[in-house]
Amino acid sequence: MTKLSYTRALNLALAAEMERDPAVFVLGEDVRHALTNVTAGLFDRFGPERIMQTPLSEQGVTSFATGAAMAGLRPVIEYQIPFLLMLVFEQIANQANKFSLMSGGQARVPVTYLLPAAGWRLGWGAQDSDEPYSLFAHYGVKTVVPATPSDAFGLLVSAIRDDDPVAVFAPAGSLAMREDLAPGDLVPVPLGTGLIHRVGHDVTVVAIGHLVYDALVVAGQLEDQVSIEVFDPRTLYPFDWEGLASSLAKTGRLIVIDDSNRTCGMAAEILATAAEEMHLLAPPRRITRPDGAILGFAPELDLAMQPDRRQLADAVLEVIKGGQSAPPAARPGPLRA
Amino acid sequence: MTNTPSADGRAPRPEDFYRTMRLIRRFEERAMDLIRSGEIISGIHPCIGQEAVAAGTGAVLRHDDLMLANHRAHGQLLAKGCEPGRLLAELAGRTTGIARGRGGSFHPSDFSVGVLGSTGSVGHGAPLAVGAGWALARAAGDRVAVSVFGDGAVNQGALLESFNLAALWRVPVVFVCENNLYATTLPVAASVAGSITGRAEAFGIPAESVDGMDPELVYAAIVRGVARARAGQGPTFLEFRTYRFEGHHTFETKTRLRYRDPEEVAGWRARDPLTLQAGRIPEGLRERIDAGVEATVEAAVRFALAGPKPGLADARKYLYASGVPARPGVAARPREERTPR
Repeated sequence: MTKLSYTRALNLALAAEMERDPAVFVLGEDVRHALTNVTAGLFDRFGPERIMQTPLSEQGVTSFATGAAMAGLRPVIEYQIPFLLMLVFEQIANQANKFSLMSGGQARVPVTYLLPAAGWRLGWGAQDSDEPYSLFAHYGVKTVVPATPSDAFGLLVSAIRDDDPVAVFAPAGSLAMREDLAPGDLVPVPLGTGLIHRVGHDVTVVAIGHLVYDALVVAGQLEDQVSIEVFDPRTLYPFDWEGLASSLAKTGRLIVIDDSNRTCGMAAEILATAAEEMHLLAPPRRITRPDGAILGFAPELDLAMQPDRRQLADAVLEVIKGGQSAPPAARPGPLRA
Repeated sequence: MTNTPSADGRAPRPEDFYRTMRLIRRFEERAMDLIRSGEIISGIHPCIGQEAVAAGTGAVLRHDDLMLANHRAHGQLLAKGCEPGRLLAELAGRTTGIARGRGGSFHPSDFSVGVLGSTGSVGHGAPLAVGAGWALARAAGDRVAVSVFGDGAVNQGALLESFNLAALWRVPVVFVCENNLYATTLPVAASVAGSITGRAEAFGIPAESVDGMDPELVYAAIVRGVARARAGQGPTFLEFRTYRFEGHHTFETKTRLRYRDPEEVAGWRARDPLTLQAGRIPEGLRERIDAGVEATVEAAVRFALAGPKPGLADARKYLYASGVPARPGVAARPREERTPR
């Protein structure tokens, strides 16, 4: 057993896929010197044609990768800052992800967009702290958010092998995580499969990315009062709706904790689908960033925007009280009023 | 199907250029008939007047060279060897089209002749072509990539970024700028500071400005650019000065925009590239070519209109290369509410 870090897991996945398939190569800023550590050691091992240091030209580089993919290669692009993915949203959502359909199935665009520090990092301010995965899911771009080192390895491998564009959001809050792993534990994780981190029978908490850890802490804190099932979707698009439905068939109660903004965030889609199609005994709840969240720099302002454990614990206790027979007037009010 | 004479090692003859240009002209004229009759919905961006650029380019490229085109691409596709019937079927939204009716006139692609796609986002095909060219350079052989765009594209940041990448990494790519003097209604004089070729020169890319109304001059320039790329000497930028005789889009026949001086249009029409090239071949040969093209185009129309329209159930087919299903827009009802059938 070794303690494997999340970043090291990404590094091992890249190395393994580059070793396995000569079509795989990495593009990005500062990748030669591995600023993020994700490409550590890979330049010396694979050379400048496969660890390509790019100028600061994210739009050009993103479409460069699309073109290379359509001509048979399998690029992985590393982006250092979450919002860079919005700078290249045209290139990903309007181009790379549309060529399969626009070409009537002729084109394959196997590009992986790797964001090795998505979302919140204390003190990074307004422009570098976003978590835009919901937008990619909204546009039908395959989107994964691994919470753990073993999933970081397994989902990055599957993303690289996939024949469509895949965005891999590695939450900044997960990067420090380490996991005890045996050598055989590093295996591909299929896209679209959720994982139950903790089995419970009273309420299902869907937690995305680093919030899985918070959900597990809360589940432990409340275990004398309520049995919480922690469901990590791992892939946001395509989502494991069957896995969620199975969990809800048992618990009938749903809470989603999601680092998106509230309006049109991933939590909204999960709640809506559950309400439309699944077994619910009580109104579901979500814990997200506020609408249109822009993080102020001061730590107090920054943290005030983050979904947190207290909010989750409160929501669990509220949802447990709610039930099918409760009249609408008796329903709990908004958690964040 | 059409002439790609250099592909078999033979230098193209004047009649080869003429045949390709005549095919493009008649193809688009017939497509416009089909728009009027409602067989093609929405419309097209006609390239009538610009046929010499396509004919000169297509005569140099092989089917295994890769092209990224733009929204005004019928000419380039036909000149690269795309079957007219399958292209017209695509315009008419038939499953027998090159992209099974999914791309239409706006986003045609035909991998069988090396046309990877056509982006509607102006100028954004250039970085795609640079990436494709880089992939070709990494593979064995001497294949090249070609990026086709108009004057409107030269002010796009992504295109300029791609010039930098192509020059930096010596990518075998030829940038073909069809400068028809207008980005929709915006004249070049009001949109381009400096010069068009100066943009490429700023990145150290050899650039030429060439008369785009003469297919033989276009051909000679493309030969130079492609030779550089095949020899591993990196990118070339070629501006072809040309003119579209029709509107930006066929909807202009309804909007009656007045952004071009009629005298200017007449002046360019007097330089019709088909007339120029027809003058270079014997009359009898020209008539035989015209008759052959007419038969080809009418066969294309018949093929296109005979093709089946896609079934509604197939609307989400091809969304993903991996075949992963997408959910429909209407949710299934909760199980307990479903009535048994």
